[in-house]
Amino acid sequence: MQRERIKFLIFAVLVFSAPLLFNGGYLMNVFVFVGIHTMLAIALNLLLGYAGQISLGHAGFFGLGAYASGILTATFGWNPWLAMPVSALAVAALAYLIGFPILKLKGHYLAMATLGMGIIIYIVFNETIDYTGGPSGLSGIPNMSLGGVSFDSDIKNYYLIWTCTLLTVLLSLNLADSRIGRALRAVHDSEVAARVMGVNARLLKVQIFALSAVICSLAGSLYAHTMTFLAPSSFGFNFSVELLTMVVIGGLGSIYGSFLGAALLTLLPEFLRAAHDYDIVIYGGLLMVMTIFMPGGLVRGIPALVRALTSGKRGGGNA
Amino acid sequence: MYVRLAALVAACVTTILASTVFAAAPIKIGGLFAVTGPAAFLGEPERNTAKMVIDEINKAGGVKGRKLELVAYDTAGDATKAVQLATKLIKDDKVVAIVGPSTTGESMAVIPIVEKEQIPLVALAAGSKITDPVKKWVFKTAQNDALAVGRIYEQLQKQKLAKVAILTVSDGFGSSGREQLKAQAAKYGITLVSDDTYGPKDTDMTAQLTKIRGSQAQALIVWGTNPGPAVIAKNARQLGLKLPLYMSHGVSSKKFIELAGDAAEGIRIPSGKVIVADLLPASDPQRKSLMAFVKDYQNHHKAEGDHFGGHAWDAVMLVKGAVERGAETPAAIRDQLEKTKGFSGIGGTFTYSSQDHAGLGKDAFVLVEIKNKDWVIVK
Amino acid sequence: MQFDQLLQYAVSGLSTGAIYALIGIGFSIIYNATGIINFAQGEFVMLGGLFTLTFLDLLKLPVWAAVPCAVAASTLAGLVFERLAIRPLRQPTPINLVIITIGGSILIRGLAMLFWGKDTHSIPSFSGDDPIAIGGATILPQHLWILGITMVIVAANRFYFYHTISGKAMRACSYNPRAAGLVGIDVRRMVLFSFVISSAMGAVAGIIVAPLTMTAYDVGIMLGLKGFCAAIIGGMSSGIATVVGGLILGVLESLGAGLVSSGYKDAIAFIILLLLLFLRPQGLFGKRESERV
Repeated sequence: MQRERIKFLIFAVLVFSAPLLFNGGYLMNVFVFVGIHTMLAIALNLLLGYAGQISLGHAGFFGLGAYASGILTATFGWNPWLAMPVSALAVAALAYLIGFPILKLKGHYLAMATLGMGIIIYIVFNETIDYTGGPSGLSGIPNMSLGGVSFDSDIKNYYLIWTCTLLTVLLSLNLADSRIGRALRAVHDSEVAARVMGVNARLLKVQIFALSAVICSLAGSLYAHTMTFLAPSSFGFNFSVELLTMVVIGGLGSIYGSFLGAALLTLLPEFLRAAHDYDIVIYGGLLMVMTIFMPGGLVRGIPALVRALTSGKRGGGNA
Repeated sequence: MYVRLAALVAACVTTILASTVFAAAPIKIGGLFAVTGPAAFLGEPERNTAKMVIDEINKAGGVKGRKLELVAYDTAGDATKAVQLATKLIKDDKVVAIVGPSTTGESMAVIPIVEKEQIPLVALAAGSKITDPVKKWVFKTAQNDALAVGRIYEQLQKQKLAKVAILTVSDGFGSSGREQLKAQAAKYGITLVSDDTYGPKDTDMTAQLTKIRGSQAQALIVWGTNPGPAVIAKNARQLGLKLPLYMSHGVSSKKFIELAGDAAEGIRIPSGKVIVADLLPASDPQRKSLMAFVKDYQNHHKAEGDHFGGHAWDAVMLVKGAVERGAETPAAIRDQLEKTKGFSGIGGTFTYSSQDHAGLGKDAFVLVEIKNKDWVIVK
Repeated sequence: MQFDQLLQYAVSGLSTGAIYALIGIGFSIIYNATGIINFAQGEFVMLGGLFTLTFLDLLKLPVWAAVPCAVAASTLAGLVFERLAIRPLRQPTPINLVIITIGGSILIRGLAMLFWGKDTHSIPSFSGDDPIAIGGATILPQHLWILGITMVIVAANRFYFYHTISGKAMRACSYNPRAAGLVGIDVRRMVLFSFVISSAMGAVAGIIVAPLTMTAYDVGIMLGLKGFCAAIIGGMSSGIATVVGGLILGVLESLGAGLVSSGYKDAIAFIILLLLLFLRPQGLFGKRESERV
């Protein structure tokens, strides 16, 4: 427990001092998105890594939070600080409602159903032009502000978003270590066994689904107020798949792994940009290579790699 | 291996030489093009053209002794990426003006940032709302879809076809067109009897067309970009739909004729003049620019220059014009852009003012018909 | 008129549905042999279409020769994909398999973009473009090709899986790979085989639709998704159930577009699918199974 706390403190200090390195440049902007993506990856990891339930529609919850916040503030003039929790509550209610029938499904049927859910949400964004602006987007969303200070620059958004991300990390770490976390892992390993032990597996799954959706919704609201513009294309099936990739590449069931996965997949395209048209090929190839050589994700693969490298030639074969 | 190494060294040396010989720092222009992704058909010719034009300008000695440098990024047609890359252009590359993005959605997305950072943006997308209402730092070169709609409606009015069906693609291009089609109908005494959409990746539109066949429509207007409209043309032929078929300027390229084949015959399209450059009278003010662009593009890319590339040509030339008139800072370039008068480019003859940042009139469009796999101007 | 319209919706839906079915069967074959949902399946559809284009345009082959060549080329790609992506995987958990096939699909799509460019291409129909009237509805000769080839493939599948040693072995692998291994079936070879068969089928699907839908490096995404849905409705069967699944999806889309709203047609199809799944969580045709603990 003590070790966990120290780890978190180090992480928080690193996060808060990182902007010193960025020097106000573009990288700061990229790390704002790393923060948002980390929140989303953790949200999906709670569901996938802890409870063992796949979702191919999480971009939908992200979009719902973003659009609800965006519309309430841009069209109806609400205060962002009010719009954000209201959106999250609405998304929670919706997730709860969908959760019961959808989580009855298993394996690829669950994948299919969540995929369908994501696509339906996407189509609604695209078609309700009067509210969302349709494919050409919703503009005029205000920045968040606090005590007269508007979060209108990268550095301000960086601290706002990373504060939220760190809170998410803290919440998830505590959750993993609580009675609920243990019950979840039991459900993950064997739902029937967990039920025999007196865990209300069904309710638990729905609750974690709703929690996961709420985190996505909050991340969505933050995204909306940072970007000040929304278009449906940011919330499609591709993004759901990207989130899934972040979680798996980072390491299933590991909170810091989700950060690593989110950071890697957000930064990678920036570095590949130099490769022009070849970037998509390299990106796909890297995904494959990493899955083959680091099947446990970065969070397990990197220490193994370091061990192998430091122990010299003898241990090299085990990496 | 050695050859490659030698080439690398040579490249390094040339870069170093180049940067020392021309002591005056180049003027950096940013480019945001959707080179990959669903809008690649826009972004690729745009990027190619922008590069080509800037190379030519530099070969001719640059602008007032200074070279231009294009810093181009691929937005993949994604609004989030476009915003990130606009930030990168402004913060890291310190460009004085930005050309692009390619689509209306992306353009709308980057407007807040260029307005805040005060960098002039010359968008290459068609959506009317990019410059309506006028934003201080935002200009555009692509002809407004409002003009294209007007051109079609004028023709329909002339032929007394008052009941019209519309079929638009559900992306930024289509929804912007649909908005204009609905908004302007009443002005031309036209009633829309059927209003349908299709998805950008849909492969069969017979259902929508069957519905339209069952309606009272006297003409059908399709608003989309390849390949959707080509599929629709083929579907319409399959169903034996006899309505006069109008399409948007989004398909006014040879590619469309190639894709739709025989089904393209008789389709009418409002188009920029670039595809009919050789049919224009010598007196046309755009003729010189058009011929130069078409020839250049043919030489460089072994392909026909289309009006998408033309948007980038216009944008770069407009910025060049501003720099020629003495502007070097973003603010001065913006002011000079706004003073552009009677510049005859590819998309039309541009005249910007503080009330108009789109700069084109109705004469930017001609109505063409496809006959024997080629374009004919409809009088 | 009303009846004519309905008939046209149905006919259009069936012909689109047949494509989804063909792609869906590709998903099912691999799933049944290996438990893998191959997210790269759609890319073989794309490869089929684009290889045909290459053989037609570059090598000037006639259609009857270009098509088998294209199928062979795509199948080879499927074989290489299995060897380089699936076999080296040391921890083949279902989720890792999902990620690696996603990575593979991105890679293949990227290579195709570099090789064929970003333009959309069309290939000529097999036997002309003159519409054929059925009652008040019309279809194209190409639609007949699609329906016919789908039926032939379903029949061939049936024969292969139930009447050949190799097909029976593959079925054994799907029930219990370890037991199959114990009785002397080379399981890894069967996995390779399943990839070969399904990439060939994907390619065939891509070739026969290309004259109607055009083809480009990115057509695989949407077609793959729809095929995946068809396979799920059909309960991941490699036979007639998936065909029915594809047809249902196609008809739902077509009716949705014609009768309700063209903008929401995909949403309508998915809502009905979700409702079906909620009512029958084991798939439309699946039998209720008790879970083994």
